[in-house]
Amino acid sequence: MNLNFNFIGRRKWWYALSLLIIIPGLIAMVLNWPSPLNFGIDFTGGNIVQIQFQQPVSASQVREVLGGLNLGNSSIQAAGNNEFLVRTTELSEEQTDQVISALRDKLGQLDLKRNEKVGATIGRELTIKGIEAMAIAWVLMIIYITIRFEFLSGLAAILALIHDVLVTIGLFAIFRWEVDSTFVAAILTIIGYSINDTIVIFDRIRENLRLRKKETIEELVNRSINQTLTRSINTVLTVVIALLALMLLGGETTRTFALAMLIGTISGAYSSIFTASPLWIDLRNFSRERHRQAAVTKSATKAKTRKATSH
Amino acid sequence: MAGGKGTGGFFKLAIVLVAILALGIGAFQPLIRAMKLGLDLRGGVYILIQAQSTPEHTVTSEDMAALERIMRDRVDQLGIAEPVIQREGSDRLIIQLAGVNNPEEAVKMIGKTALLEFKTSDGQVVVSGKDLKDARAVIDQQTREPEITLKFNAEGTKKFAETTQKLVSSYSRGDPKRHIAIYLDNQLLTNPHVDEAIPSGEAVIRGGFASFQEAANLAALLRGGALPVPVQIIERRAVGPTLGADSLAKSKTAIIAGLVLIALFMLVVYRLPGLVADFSLIIYALIVLVVLWALKATLTLPGIAGLLLSVGMAVDANIIIYERLKEELRNGKTLRAAVDAGFKRAFTTIFDANATTVLAALVLYFLGSGTVRGFAVTLSLGIVASMFTAITLTRFLLHQVISVPAFQKLWLYGVKEGQIPVAARGEI
Repeated sequence: MNLNFNFIGRRKWWYALSLLIIIPGLIAMVLNWPSPLNFGIDFTGGNIVQIQFQQPVSASQVREVLGGLNLGNSSIQAAGNNEFLVRTTELSEEQTDQVISALRDKLGQLDLKRNEKVGATIGRELTIKGIEAMAIAWVLMIIYITIRFEFLSGLAAILALIHDVLVTIGLFAIFRWEVDSTFVAAILTIIGYSINDTIVIFDRIRENLRLRKKETIEELVNRSINQTLTRSINTVLTVVIALLALMLLGGETTRTFALAMLIGTISGAYSSIFTASPLWIDLRNFSRERHRQAAVTKSATKAKTRKATSH
Repeated sequence: MAGGKGTGGFFKLAIVLVAILALGIGAFQPLIRAMKLGLDLRGGVYILIQAQSTPEHTVTSEDMAALERIMRDRVDQLGIAEPVIQREGSDRLIIQLAGVNNPEEAVKMIGKTALLEFKTSDGQVVVSGKDLKDARAVIDQQTREPEITLKFNAEGTKKFAETTQKLVSSYSRGDPKRHIAIYLDNQLLTNPHVDEAIPSGEAVIRGGFASFQEAANLAALLRGGALPVPVQIIERRAVGPTLGADSLAKSKTAIIAGLVLIALFMLVVYRLPGLVADFSLIIYALIVLVVLWALKATLTLPGIAGLLLSVGMAVDANIIIYERLKEELRNGKTLRAAVDAGFKRAFTTIFDANATTVLAALVLYFLGSGTVRGFAVTLSLGIVASMFTAITLTRFLLHQVISVPAFQKLWLYGVKEGQIPVAARGEI
């Protein structure tokens, strides 16, 4: 198959498509400030219990019992067969006991499947650590790519992965999907994957540059993307297969992780093809233009001074 | 036969493949059974305890050591196998108990944030839990009455001696002010009368116990209350055994479904090399499991997610090689030359691409905690193992495959005759 799609020529459209997803996400985050994302108890601190009753119980019954304990505005989420996830603000051990025994007294026998508490300090630490981790990962990657390729490739790759992080976070912001500690792991893995995917294409560009034919840089990059396209698609398909299996069959606990990864992986494949290399070209053109202008102004001033001294 | 041509080559290949298959079938079950499962997969408790500094006392390393000892005692009383108790930072303690049938009970036992205080009648704290070394229930040899013996440490002995001396000299025998009340978490446990000054650091609480059991319970509370500093549970995750079993079953299904689908995908898209990749994947999975087992790693849900994800990424190495292989074939190279060139060219790509993912995993490992770390370990292990199998086993198997004449048809490699330059045809 000799594919020859024009990726580079239509790059304004691809950028626009990306912004079409990213900007609403940013708006959703601003509108929901100060809680841009639907942070779970891992971040905010609080308690979560997962309970299953042995007899039919409705969410409103659960809420009624909680209301009696002044916890009426807790989040109650039905999770299947008479099963509920109840999220409350941070409770002491005694308060947790009270909640469980009140539910047991008023609504009958129950199985306590999960009972978690996270202190607010832990949540703060997690947020700070998450942001730190992301920053360090970016710096390390730019350094690595600069060594193996060149600085502008590193910059373009980082921009592409910021794109993927923004798409993922943005969609989570728009749909208010809950964000837990595995989300941090998902974002960092997305960063790893996105860069991985981009580098395969950059690697091909590097190789083609060495054996450059009579073609413009746009044509060369376009050829490189087309050469690696089948690989890009097939790889993303296998990862998507793994993630879909995890999301559909893996149960509640890993769903947020799988969902975030799924969005990030697809976005990563998109950005590697449609964003990273075009951005590299634009960055390259931009910096050459600046160099050229700098040279022009330099020679202009030189000429001026020559004129000034000549008479 | 050395070149592996003809039927000999076929047999050699068949033996290797059957051996891999047998190894896979034989080793997987015992390996998986030998893996340590995390709390989230078999139920259990994770507790993070923070020692609190007070205006009078800042938490020291000795306090933490004492706290660790006490917690170990409490856990031992629960009779739990392989508890994990480790310090985190300067003032935190992690306790993990896997496979507990009743997590709530365990939390209560461990989380008793008992603060023991000895107070005089005017409410002044004279001695606190950190001054108490031991408390035991015994039967007095003469009276046959249960009593509790207390032992204080050096500082406690000094304080206790001063206080009892003062009480004895200030108040007459039988005066209610000549009592020292013992409070646990501000609840009065007992209020014994001070008979005489006690300079030795060894006191006895005598009388008032209905049974030995009552005295023993109180002694246990005193011992347990002898925490050096007040503590607080700042994070607790208790997973019931039913949820653990449910998660385990679900993640098993997810893994099997994911693996089968990826294997089919490779077979359908890449045909013969795809089949080779599937066999490589078996060995890849075995390597990862053996290393995890040797590291005594605990398998958790995020860890499983990392593993499944790494399988998805592992085939990437094969895909990069096979796409190159096809390209080289279409350029008119012979099968053998195409395989060699495919591997050679793909290697730097695979290396550069994976190095960056490992960088991300390293950051996760050094900055993450607990389960996130587990994920980082399985992910980077998966990447390294996949690179290793791709450039060794896949290459070896592919060389065996192409030396079998029946396997030299180009369509088996996903390339049509028509795509090859005319000049190069028929040279294979």
